[in-house]
Amino acid sequence: MSGRISRSRQVSGTSRISEEQINDLIIKLQQLLPELRDSRRSDKVSAARVLQETCNYIRNLHREVDDLSERLSELLANTDTAQAALIRSLLTL
Amino acid sequence: MASLTSDNEQPPTNSNSSSTDHVRKKKSLFASSPSSSRGNAASVPTRDGDSHPRWRSEKQQRIYSAKLIQALRQVRLSSSSSATTSSPTAQKRGKAVREAADRALAVSARGRTLWSRAILANRIKLKFRKQKRPRQTVIPAVTTVVTTGATSSRGRKRRVSVVGLNKKSLPTVNRKVRSLGRLVPGCKKESVPVILEEATDYIQALEMQVRAMNSLVELLSGYSTPGSDSAPPPI
Repeated sequence: MSGRISRSRQVSGTSRISEEQINDLIIKLQQLLPELRDSRRSDKVSAARVLQETCNYIRNLHREVDDLSERLSELLANTDTAQAALIRSLLTL
Repeated sequence: MASLTSDNEQPPTNSNSSSTDHVRKKKSLFASSPSSSRGNAASVPTRDGDSHPRWRSEKQQRIYSAKLIQALRQVRLSSSSSATTSSPTAQKRGKAVREAADRALAVSARGRTLWSRAILANRIKLKFRKQKRPRQTVIPAVTTVVTTGATSSRGRKRRVSVVGLNKKSLPTVNRKVRSLGRLVPGCKKESVPVILEEATDYIQALEMQVRAMNSLVELLSGYSTPGSDSAPPPI
């Protein structure tokens, strides 16, 4: 990408944010995603793909948290005495 | 900002550390954390200035787990005290647990990120029907973006490059960033770099939340199946 820096100077009359920053942010984001991090065939991943995978990943994580909290709520509701003892012992660590 | 973190019982030492440095703010976060009284020394050395070690260190995990357990206890107590004779639906209980976990996560963020403030603000908003959104604190986030962008582009050799960014005005990228902003709490109307920065932090925090809840579920299911009258083994 040769004209990246010069183009940001041309276009960024209106947007004060440079392309370089956004590029860096998207690269950082890509390194967090488990799918795009390991399989890096060519060194070019489109920004739209990274963003799409990020959205999917966040939705997955939300769903996992929801599932886990349901299971946790069931476990918390079922056992009482062992529960309280366990939590107390964990808190005094 | 102090009113938002009213759930937090830690003393607000954030303002001191944030005024010193921008890039190293995550390092000073470790140094000035007063909740290291758990007696742990396992803190990851943070040479690089990104947020990766922040949510993955053992100390952070321990802080979050303790807060989570406290929050869950309160959920249990409140639900058992105000519950009707018929058991509340699993979804309502699950939602309460989820909200408690999110709140604990947001509090562990020490008020440095937009999404954590939004989570805590939403709770206060629901309670008192007041709207409190600190708009002027968005600026520090953008300044951090500038600094980290400059330092990383100067020294490091980049291994991958992202195409399609020259035409940022393309509706596709913008649309996807907008939808990403809707997923992260509190970022619906933010600018693009803010959304991206918040998303990176939010993803790592969510991963830690999932790991903590997983281990908690494992631990609890190990205790509930053998019978509840056995004493828990010494930890």
